[in-house]
Amino acid sequence: MAESRYMTINMGPQHPATHGVLRLLLELDGEIVVKAEPHIGYLHRGVEKLSESLTYPQALTLTDRLDYTSGLSNNLAYCLAVEKLLDITIPKRAQYLRVLFAELQRIAAHLLWVATHALDLGAMTVLFYAFRDRETIMEMLELVTGARLTPSFIRIGGLAADIPDTFLPRVKEFVVDLPKRIDEYETLLTDNIIWKKRTQNIAIMSGEECLNYGVTGPVLRASGVYYDVRKAYPYSSYEDFDFEVPLGRKGDVYDRYLVRLQEMRQSNRIVKQAMDNLPEGPVAAVDALQVVPPAKEAISRDIAALIRHFKIMQEGFKPPQGEVYASVESSKGELGFYFVSDGSNKPFRMKIRPPSFVNLGALPKMIEGQMVADVVAAIGSIDIVLGEIDR
Amino acid sequence: MGLEAATPASVQEVINWARKNSIWPVTFGLACCALEMMVASSATYDIARFGAEVFRPSPRQADLMIVAGTVTKKMAPLLKRIYEQMPEPKWVIAYGACACSGGIFQTYNVVQGVDQIIPVDVYVPGCPPRPEGLLKGIITLQEKIAVEPAEQRKLVSLPWGNNG
Amino acid sequence: MDRCLAGDLLKGKFPEAVLKIEEFRGETSITVAPQTIRAVMTFLKESENLYYDLLLDVAGVDFAGQVPRFMIAYLLHSTKFNNKLRIKTWIAEDGALDTVSDIWKAANWLEREAYDMFGIIFNDHPYLKRILLTEEFVGYPLRKDFPLEGRNFDQPFAVCLEEEQ
Repeated sequence: MAESRYMTINMGPQHPATHGVLRLLLELDGEIVVKAEPHIGYLHRGVEKLSESLTYPQALTLTDRLDYTSGLSNNLAYCLAVEKLLDITIPKRAQYLRVLFAELQRIAAHLLWVATHALDLGAMTVLFYAFRDRETIMEMLELVTGARLTPSFIRIGGLAADIPDTFLPRVKEFVVDLPKRIDEYETLLTDNIIWKKRTQNIAIMSGEECLNYGVTGPVLRASGVYYDVRKAYPYSSYEDFDFEVPLGRKGDVYDRYLVRLQEMRQSNRIVKQAMDNLPEGPVAAVDALQVVPPAKEAISRDIAALIRHFKIMQEGFKPPQGEVYASVESSKGELGFYFVSDGSNKPFRMKIRPPSFVNLGALPKMIEGQMVADVVAAIGSIDIVLGEIDR
Repeated sequence: MGLEAATPASVQEVINWARKNSIWPVTFGLACCALEMMVASSATYDIARFGAEVFRPSPRQADLMIVAGTVTKKMAPLLKRIYEQMPEPKWVIAYGACACSGGIFQTYNVVQGVDQIIPVDVYVPGCPPRPEGLLKGIITLQEKIAVEPAEQRKLVSLPWGNNG
Repeated sequence: MDRCLAGDLLKGKFPEAVLKIEEFRGETSITVAPQTIRAVMTFLKESENLYYDLLLDVAGVDFAGQVPRFMIAYLLHSTKFNNKLRIKTWIAEDGALDTVSDIWKAANWLEREAYDMFGIIFNDHPYLKRILLTEEFVGYPLRKDFPLEGRNFDQPFAVCLEEEQ
């Protein structure tokens, strides 16, 4: 017989379990997936091209919309790259606060991940519990930055403003409560026989395969490879903090779930340390006159400050010619920004290294040979964000 | 059919009341605004009290399409297909600046507003709008449905023939 | 120390391939000749003293007006020795580059994106098709002569549905 035995089905862009607009073309032999082909680009907004026509401070606002589950991590990666290009040092208080925000966003992103992943596999209760905790974090962020989802608070040179007095007590409350909440999620899922049957031995990737496919983040660490940008290339004073990096053993969906829950606990530790050891001082590099705008009070008094503020807002600044790359460990993996500067006030080329884009390239390898129902578990375990993949 | 024109006003009021209090959305979250839509359906900003009890994954079982996020030119034909698969009566809320008018992305692959493709009933601006914005959008839509004349929507949506 | 090590070892093994070694803000970038890219990359991955096993990024840059026009930067990381290296190569507008997607499978999608955005052809790539834009898209958006808003921006967008076969 010359006809093909395989059935091609389309897991279309509009699908409740694809975490965004991802299209998967699956060739099935009965229930087994023979070939999987992800089609992306349904959210390609042209961020890299758009950044070439905006000044450096203006292009910062585009970065919130990349990994929209944790907006401040993207801001941090962008600012680290531009500050490396400009070669300015950030005051300690700003660095500690950046760490605090980044870890709060990591907790929020992992909460969202466990909520949607559990929802895909049928456990709906976890969604409501995790969203309750995520709401607490969103409210704290709104208290400081004014926005829940797209803060743009970490600016080039430091932060946009200092934290209000009511912020730290609320963080303290949250940090004390969080371990008990994570215990609740563990009670619901970790020893649950249905959860184990649906996640153990699914989508296994060995450490070497992960490295070959360029996979970073919790997926790589669940396969046993110790690579965390916070430990390998510490940025923003991460070397002052004492935390562990959880590693998995087998590299299946269950290990990735355990790694992420443990990372939430370690992030909690970091937030506690950042709060307890927060130094005093300015929150922006006030000696970098071309970059950091002056204080509002100075603008109404001093003509030089007014002119400087005007120039920074209108023209931005002109970094030296050259190229830099800076990366952070976001909740999905290594998020990096590569800048090529030609000396003008707009980036000549801004390339974003999205962790979810490279991780998704490994999806066909993960699910070929598995059953169709496990595709949903595999997609959920990689933790993709289409805003980052398609940019 | 002439059935719509023959409906008395009191019956139309009841029909509108039934329609507006049980609007079921189809899951159409595209980008960041989808997160705020998910939050609006969870505990703190419960959307179920306005009748949007369940988000139906299949458009055939939904009345409302909340376009939350940027519509790109690659996604546009699929959005139109999903819209056409929804049976009458159907409404559209454009949630977020990108769905209203393209947002901050004035680029080569972004449709400048979903109303270039499908008719929109309510626009909710913001980047992203707060979940209360979505609730206000639904309330505005409910007020709009309450005063709809009989001829505007088909009374019965048949599985064959021209359903508008 | 390890950063210059890569440059020295490469210059020793492929003397005609290494064109320039630069250091800026603590990062090393080595420019190599385009036809030697596969040999250089295989050496960098498999040499015991360098062992760059993680390909982080493949970035294309358009220097319109210069000849050759496109620059491609490969960012490598070694988990064993914990350092990063950038390999740059230049290629003309109608030239082609050998793929490294059999050395690191991560390059498969990254090179497809470079092709999609710039039009850079990679020889022997297993599936060189557009990844982020539609198949019918004409033009390469990240080139400097492509307008930001695209063509026909002032006209309303007309979507055409493919008919079901």
